[in-house]
Amino acid sequence: MLANKEITPSELTEESISLAKRYASLNCFNVINEEAAIAQSRNLSFDSNNLLSCIPIAHKDLFCIKDLETTCSSKILEGYKPPYTATVVKNLENAGCITIAKTNMDEFAMGSSNETSYFGNVHNPWLKNHVPGGSSGGAAASVASGIVPLATGTDTGGSIRQPAALCNLTGLKPTYGRISRWGMIAFASSLDQAGPIAHTAKDCAIALDAMTGHDSKDSTSLHLGKTTTLETLEKHTSLTLGIVKEFNGQLSAEMELAFQKSIMTYQSLGYKIKEITLPNIKYSVPTYYVIAPAECSSNLSRFDGVRFGFRSKNIQNLEDLYVKSRSEGFGNEVKRRILIGTYVLSAGYYDAYYKKAQQVRRLIAEDFNSAFKECDLILTPTSPGTTFAFDSKGSKDPTELYLEDLFTIAANLAGIPAISVPQAFVNNLPSGHQLIGPHLSESAILQTAHHFQLNSDWHLKSPSMESFL
Amino acid sequence: MTWEAVIGLEAHVQLSTKTKLFSRASTSFGADPNTNVNLVDCGLPGVLPTVNREAFYKAIRFGLAIDATINQTSHFDRKNYFYPDLPKGYQITQMERPIVLGGFVEINVDGIKKIINITRAHLEEDAGKSIHDADPNNSLIDLNRAGTPLLEIVSEPEISSAKEAVAYMKALHQLITFLDVSDGNMSQGSMRCDANVSIRKAGSQELGTRTEIKNINSFRFIEKAINFEIKRQIRVLESGDKIIQETRLYDSVKDETRPMRTKEFANDYRYFPEPDLLPIVISNEEIEEIKNNFPELPKHKKIRYLNDLQLSENDAEILSSTKSLSVIFEELLNTGNNAVLAARWLVGDVSALLNKDQIEIEESKLDAKLISELLKNIENNTISGKIAKEVLEECYQTGASPNSVIESKGLKQITNTNELQSILQDIVNANPEQVNQFKSGKDKLFGYFVGQAMKATQGKGNPELINKILRELLAK
Repeated sequence: MLANKEITPSELTEESISLAKRYASLNCFNVINEEAAIAQSRNLSFDSNNLLSCIPIAHKDLFCIKDLETTCSSKILEGYKPPYTATVVKNLENAGCITIAKTNMDEFAMGSSNETSYFGNVHNPWLKNHVPGGSSGGAAASVASGIVPLATGTDTGGSIRQPAALCNLTGLKPTYGRISRWGMIAFASSLDQAGPIAHTAKDCAIALDAMTGHDSKDSTSLHLGKTTTLETLEKHTSLTLGIVKEFNGQLSAEMELAFQKSIMTYQSLGYKIKEITLPNIKYSVPTYYVIAPAECSSNLSRFDGVRFGFRSKNIQNLEDLYVKSRSEGFGNEVKRRILIGTYVLSAGYYDAYYKKAQQVRRLIAEDFNSAFKECDLILTPTSPGTTFAFDSKGSKDPTELYLEDLFTIAANLAGIPAISVPQAFVNNLPSGHQLIGPHLSESAILQTAHHFQLNSDWHLKSPSMESFL
Repeated sequence: MTWEAVIGLEAHVQLSTKTKLFSRASTSFGADPNTNVNLVDCGLPGVLPTVNREAFYKAIRFGLAIDATINQTSHFDRKNYFYPDLPKGYQITQMERPIVLGGFVEINVDGIKKIINITRAHLEEDAGKSIHDADPNNSLIDLNRAGTPLLEIVSEPEISSAKEAVAYMKALHQLITFLDVSDGNMSQGSMRCDANVSIRKAGSQELGTRTEIKNINSFRFIEKAINFEIKRQIRVLESGDKIIQETRLYDSVKDETRPMRTKEFANDYRYFPEPDLLPIVISNEEIEEIKNNFPELPKHKKIRYLNDLQLSENDAEILSSTKSLSVIFEELLNTGNNAVLAARWLVGDVSALLNKDQIEIEESKLDAKLISELLKNIENNTISGKIAKEVLEECYQTGASPNSVIESKGLKQITNTNELQSILQDIVNANPEQVNQFKSGKDKLFGYFVGQAMKATQGKGNPELINKILRELLAK
């Protein structure tokens, strides 16, 4: 439409912002970048050679953007305006994207339902009072509702893929190190990876190619140039897809049916299906819930009330400054994970927990290496179920919610890329399947997902949005 | 009962890199508070560290000099604790796999040589500074120092006296300054140490309970603090009490060590590998490069000074062991000065002036150019050695160049033969009695005539010419 001059860049931006306001009850944004976005759209001229030119985008509220409030949906960062911009945001802006808003999320990306946000729950556009998934819940809701065509998310244990599945979107977690973490507020440094959430694999490919590339400011950034997944998107080779033996029997009958339909679609396109084994995969959730809290307990130490963010009013001494600022500033789930992390790193427990978890992490990575000798990609469900009602999971036992990431966590532990692709609805609600590939196999993953989408129409369905007007 | 002390030292050496260990902010000393600080040093949300390889090269240079093992793959760990001048709430350090392992340093106390083994040396970032006395209501934080690279050098507990501890620290100081690992400036905190001190009955193999004296920043205080602590521990044990394992501070004003504010709970630093940094891999080529550009060590310098330059043992020792003098000496050699003469002046008169004011040469107004000018004037007989001392003192006080001092004070040596001839003839004429005595064999009187000559020329007469002309006149 931009190319045919049916709409100007500023009209598109304004439309996106007006939708954001119209669907305010979704609560998917922490801040709307109205003035700056409109000013930017007026200065930009459309570049027909550039697929992201003048495209409105929403960034998860843990990417630092200079002078724009960045909170991680936490009270402790309420009002915080960073003095610099994250590399990934810069890369997308350089590609032509216009930042419309910062999206709501689970506090510090800790959660799978977006219910831990200090700024309240985000609704699933498909069903009010139901979760959009998490932690990139606001990002998924902002795309699913049609406010923006593209959003950034981050994925530490499934935080892009699970909300994508629950909102009928395509969400990619790239290989660890593909996308710079500079300016992305850390949850668990060795697991965090940014990625795109969009309607289709093609949109994800376009976004990924803009987001990637080596960044000297991030030591863990891979020494590779930008990906070129769009160029190879149409190259369809009928690969062998591995089905994980250990995941058998983990799904309800309806979810299993939707997943089987996906398998049949791939088979009909010539893909070979092969059962593979990941013997240590059963340890992935407990392993994750040692490593991620350990890293977060340290990463979140800088939120101490000294230099920025929330500081408790009622301070007598240094101890007070720390204890009160952090007790009042962090929410329960964040505190829970800091406590777990502090415990597993403590003298006398380190070997039994953290060290052991790192050993298991290596075993899980080796399991994948062996499996990829048997198959090209691994096909699994993305999440055990569809969206669920607010306060229905994890309110009594938080570990109930941790199982949401059963299928997604292992890819983070192994540092390998994975995508969630919309598949058959279950009880009229979206569900997704996941394709996991070896290191740096983003092209193959996107090709396969794209191939599936050329032969299915689930990803084309959109919610009515009536209940949010 | 006789007691013996068991001492281990942890020396913290600030590396002389231009930028910080994990950020590209400057490490310069004395900048306004919080000006040598960037996003990374502030520990802002979302920032990441990147490694300054130069710090590794310096650490490796130190490791090679003490015959240590270099861990070509080392990694960083996080040491977690809260303090306002520690912006991230953790310090990035090397716990599990330090860059330097083992090695040794030789010390010499009262002529007795001893080997002190090094346990390890690792890289870590320094913290900022808390300032408690600048504002009546608030503590202030200066993050200029935060992230400055430190090399922590840990010795085995093989040091047995305060004297040995000082000798060990001096040996380290010499190494790090000659290797250009650090400027070694202790008054600016470039080198400081923690001392672990315990005592046991002489001959016993068991270790006693130790205390740790934190942050001692001068050789003198190291000696005093350790001596105080040894005496204190002896007093405690001999009165039947027990030593409490604790951290103590040395108060130089009261000359005593005191327990630091006791913490209710011991700190648990919850070390774990730093996930924001990959392991640091140093290639063989990098090691080779460091070896090829290895600075000359004091012990090798001394041999060269003795053998190639024919310096005296004393001059060679002093010039090879003091970095600042050595640098000036090498510059004097490069500008074509006579080595023996240069050495004699540096070790002699120049050092005497510096010692009087207790300063290093780089803190004085003297530099290689100035001294070279002075030496050239001596060598080409423009001034005598005696006058040169006067000129040097003047230059030292004012910073003026020797040429201008000689010029303005009219100190130029009289080398005009005719002029001297007439002055000396006058002296001979005025002292007929002495001339006769000299001629009758009282050789010692020659000195009398020289003295008279110097008096008459106000010391400016060229001694050699005076000798020559006098002999001629007296032989007549």
